[in-house]
Amino acid sequence: MSEGTRLENANPVIFQRSGDRVQTASEEDEDVHDPIDDREIFDLIRSINDPEHPLSLEELNVVEQVRVKVNDAESTVGIEFTPTIPHCSMATLIGLSIKVKLLRSLPDRFKIDVCITPGTHASEEAVNKQLADKERVAAALENASLLEVVNQCLSTRSI
Amino acid sequence: MAADSTLALSLVEEFVSGLQDSKAKDAAKGVKDGKFTVLQLVEALGSSLTSSQPHTRARGVLLLSEVLQECYRDLTEREVEVLIAFYENRLKDHYVVTPPVLKGLKELTKCTNLPPGSAVSMLRSVFQDIHVQSLMLSERACVYSMLINIMETREAELKGLGADFVFGFVQSMDGERDPRNLLLAFQIAKNLIHRGYELGKFTEELFEVTSCYFPIDFSPPPNDPHGITREELVQALRAVLTGTPNFAEFLLPLLIEKLDSDVQSAKLDSLQTLVFQTSSERIESAGLAALTALTSCLSRSVLSSDSEDSLSTFLDFILTDCKHHLCEPDLKLVWPSAKLLQAACSASTSASHIITAAVMPSLLEQYNNRAQCSHRRTLLEVVQRFIHSVKNCQSSDNDESVFLAFRESLCGVVFSALSENNSSLQITATSVLTSLAQQAGLLLESDIELALDHLTRLLLIEEDDRVSLAVAECAGALAQLHPALVISKLIPRLKNEMYTEPMNQDQGEASELHSHHAVRQRCLSALAAVSIQPSVVQESTPVLLEVLRSAHTGDVSFSVDEVVLTCRSLQRIAEQVQDTEEAGRCFHNIIIPHLLSLALQAALQGEGSSGTPSPLVEEVVLSAMVPVISTSCSRLQPTLAGQTASRAVSLFLDGDVSFLPDNSFPSHMQLLKKQEGDSWSLSRLVCLLMGSVCSLPRSVEVPQIDKLLSALEEMSCTCSHPLSYTSAAKCFAGLVNKKPQGDSLDSLIQRTVKRVCSELDSPSSSVHTQAFTLMIWVSKALLLRYHPLFTTLTDKLFSLLDDAGLGPMAAADGFSLLMSDSTDVLNRACHADVRIMYRQRFFSENKAKLVQGFNAAPQEKKPNYLKALSNIVNKLPKQVQVTELPALLSLLLEALSGPDQDIHLTTLSCLEPVLVNPPQVLIQQLEALVNRLLALLCSPAMSVRIASLSCISALSYFPVHEVLPFRARVLRALAKPLDDKKRLVRREAVQARAQWFLLGSPGGR
Repeated sequence: MSEGTRLENANPVIFQRSGDRVQTASEEDEDVHDPIDDREIFDLIRSINDPEHPLSLEELNVVEQVRVKVNDAESTVGIEFTPTIPHCSMATLIGLSIKVKLLRSLPDRFKIDVCITPGTHASEEAVNKQLADKERVAAALENASLLEVVNQCLSTRSI
Repeated sequence: MAADSTLALSLVEEFVSGLQDSKAKDAAKGVKDGKFTVLQLVEALGSSLTSSQPHTRARGVLLLSEVLQECYRDLTEREVEVLIAFYENRLKDHYVVTPPVLKGLKELTKCTNLPPGSAVSMLRSVFQDIHVQSLMLSERACVYSMLINIMETREAELKGLGADFVFGFVQSMDGERDPRNLLLAFQIAKNLIHRGYELGKFTEELFEVTSCYFPIDFSPPPNDPHGITREELVQALRAVLTGTPNFAEFLLPLLIEKLDSDVQSAKLDSLQTLVFQTSSERIESAGLAALTALTSCLSRSVLSSDSEDSLSTFLDFILTDCKHHLCEPDLKLVWPSAKLLQAACSASTSASHIITAAVMPSLLEQYNNRAQCSHRRTLLEVVQRFIHSVKNCQSSDNDESVFLAFRESLCGVVFSALSENNSSLQITATSVLTSLAQQAGLLLESDIELALDHLTRLLLIEEDDRVSLAVAECAGALAQLHPALVISKLIPRLKNEMYTEPMNQDQGEASELHSHHAVRQRCLSALAAVSIQPSVVQESTPVLLEVLRSAHTGDVSFSVDEVVLTCRSLQRIAEQVQDTEEAGRCFHNIIIPHLLSLALQAALQGEGSSGTPSPLVEEVVLSAMVPVISTSCSRLQPTLAGQTASRAVSLFLDGDVSFLPDNSFPSHMQLLKKQEGDSWSLSRLVCLLMGSVCSLPRSVEVPQIDKLLSALEEMSCTCSHPLSYTSAAKCFAGLVNKKPQGDSLDSLIQRTVKRVCSELDSPSSSVHTQAFTLMIWVSKALLLRYHPLFTTLTDKLFSLLDDAGLGPMAAADGFSLLMSDSTDVLNRACHADVRIMYRQRFFSENKAKLVQGFNAAPQEKKPNYLKALSNIVNKLPKQVQVTELPALLSLLLEALSGPDQDIHLTTLSCLEPVLVNPPQVLIQQLEALVNRLLALLCSPAMSVRIASLSCISALSYFPVHEVLPFRARVLRALAKPLDDKKRLVRREAVQARAQWFLLGSPGGR
């Protein structure tokens, strides 16, 4: 992904998708405990659809594996995402989609922290604050039209 | 008579002056019924026809024409003659009269008794007096139908008319615009061409009036009642344009002009837009195919006319448009342009000469100037495609290769790419090398030698699996073309390399040992890859045998893994070598005797057991030898295979060791008899016997078969070593499967069944498992060939489901064996008698028994039945499963609630395909199904957890109103596996939970 061959196809620069995770022998061993690691979290969020383009967040390089930090023992997840342009109006929505995806996919012991990569968005602080506020996230998901957009981002395209 | 003429008169009056159209019908009826003749009608029309009002005259003629339409069949030749003369004359009349006249003429052309010469005169007057294109649509259609009618009946006369007829037709259709009429006109033109009318000097005219419609541009109006499609028009026109070689000289320039003008005017836009921008591969490939066809067409015209102009001009256009893309720094449009050029290139040798001469130097220069590996790889891939496209067109002629001029620089590029430290570049280079080598007479011997050096080096040092695979493939291709060089250069190097002991042996560094093992592994697979030609096999297999021998003697230490790989390589060679006498001899006379001898030596040595044991005593090695023997016996030279089998039989039955090399064996070995102290090292060699006698083609007879069968039966019922008795049972079954139908077979089966049953029924017997194994294998042999005695065995098998003595589930597991394909015996590769759909047959014959047995069985035995059921259903084809499952659903649900994990797993795998398209029965049982699946989420086996999660995920696609009530419960239950300790389980849980979240949620499903 990092060496991504760039196909400059009209506007957004498209990045190559990383391949599926290689299955290891220890993953198939009943007795081994597989910790939740960065790649696993990244696999959860990389296929989220962009609200505007028919592309995944990974293809737009909004999320990258290096910006995913997880600590299984302490039950914390930290994600930084990078809007494609500094004035992207969709930043909050993208952040919300990531957050909802993780809420649905991770055990509830985890504390999930989603924020914008420092220095990549004009109203970084405001967005971060919104995403960190549990009440506001919950309220946003009560809103049917907002939930609809989030669900669309989270639907798998291939099916 | 007088009354009749008054009748005619009154009808005429009412039709002409009273304008009552229906009277035409009455008049026609009158003529048909014989109340008056046509000529009487004409007399009655007299006044109307001579009226000074053209409309009245037209009306009169119309009546006559309408009557003719009904009764042209009844006219006499004389009447026809008169009528034609009349109508011809009328053509000169006022224009309002013309339509009914034409109609009348059209009806007359349908007459079978046209007087000779009348057709011609009719046409002459039509062409002379009428300007067809100034007529209305339906009148034009009338003229065309006339022509078609006459062409059907009066072909000879029309041909006598000569080119005038063609000219007349050309004039009349010139400027036609209506698609319906065009279809008619095209049909006439097609008839003209196909029936050999003389076109004369009007060839070009005829071509002009038709070709002006090419390419057809017609889209039918939205509610077109006539249903004419563009396709029809295109087909009709194509039939005309391609109908005669006389058109070729006009047609080719036209086609080129149409295509050329596209290329020209739009500068990459039209034809290339098609290729560049389109996302549809079909359009792209059609465009490319058109280009190829065009180029090859041009090349052929060059051959005949001796002027290179059209071809080279055309190619020049393409080259100027495409070539600069090949040199642009970002290489963005390389592929589209390269595809275009290759399409042109593959058309003909002359085209490929022109294009390669123009393109190759710049490509090669580019390659040398680029530093980035990815760019270089792209360029190399382009080069490879070029070579490939040229290969397509060079099949027949033995010209020297197009690339001869670039041989040196191409080789340089390939070799430098092979020395590059980039795996994808190396892989591409190997495929270029393969394509180059396949160009006849291009590479010199020294090039091949150098290439082999490079390949060997890569084999020895390159760790990447993909590279070694590509290298081995390339070496295989080279070995096909240059066996002698591979024998002299590659094989000795590989052999040497395998025998070098790892360095620093005393320190024994793990990584070093590991890499040495990897080198040996690659050498072994490369040896297999190059061995396709028998001459190469002659040289490579001795190396492999030598490895086995040294491993056995311990001269050079080889690990068990390496020995197994060696056997695999031998097996692969046996699978791919050309089936020639030479190869057959190599395998049957050298390799198999050596294998048997080595295995025997190892086994005898194992008896003595002193010092480190040979790796050849390992069962994995023995099992790896079996497919070498069975592949050679099933595939190579049936006569020699028969010889091998009879040698093996006499070795095992009589202890005849005369054919084995290194013959220092004790005489009178009894390999199939019970060994001293029940030692199994010799008895298990029976698997090698199985390899040879069970894979023979059915035409080859096995000697001493009855003696052999009873020895095998004895062994399988008495021996205590699993590999030995199983192999004996398999071998027995393999022979039974191929034994010809008849009394001797039946009595053999009955004898065996009796013995097996008595062993199984006696509670004190110590060989329950052995007897059962034999029984299962014999059942399988009979099931495959639909033998009637199979049913006795099935009944026994079902009764064993209740049997406690056999150990839990053994009988149920037997069903799995019965239904699955076996790899070493009783499959089609071994020439076994396998009928189609034996699984379905077994299932449909026995499902009732199974369900009955389940219902009747005591509670603690029920799991056995469930397991048997899920084993059987699991192996059925999916389509059968889906139709059969509803009936068995309650049983399967029962199976999910038991304690056995294997039953869970097999049942879930049966259920999953059915869930995709759930039958009504399943939906009715939804509550039970959900409960069972959720309960399985806590199963200790991860595979069960995964399978049940994917079933739960599939449930979310059931009709929403059915599953929505379960949503909250399922989501809560799915929270737990999100924290499973296994990642694979978590992944499945995440997917299932995401699906259920979307269910019934806005924006979801």
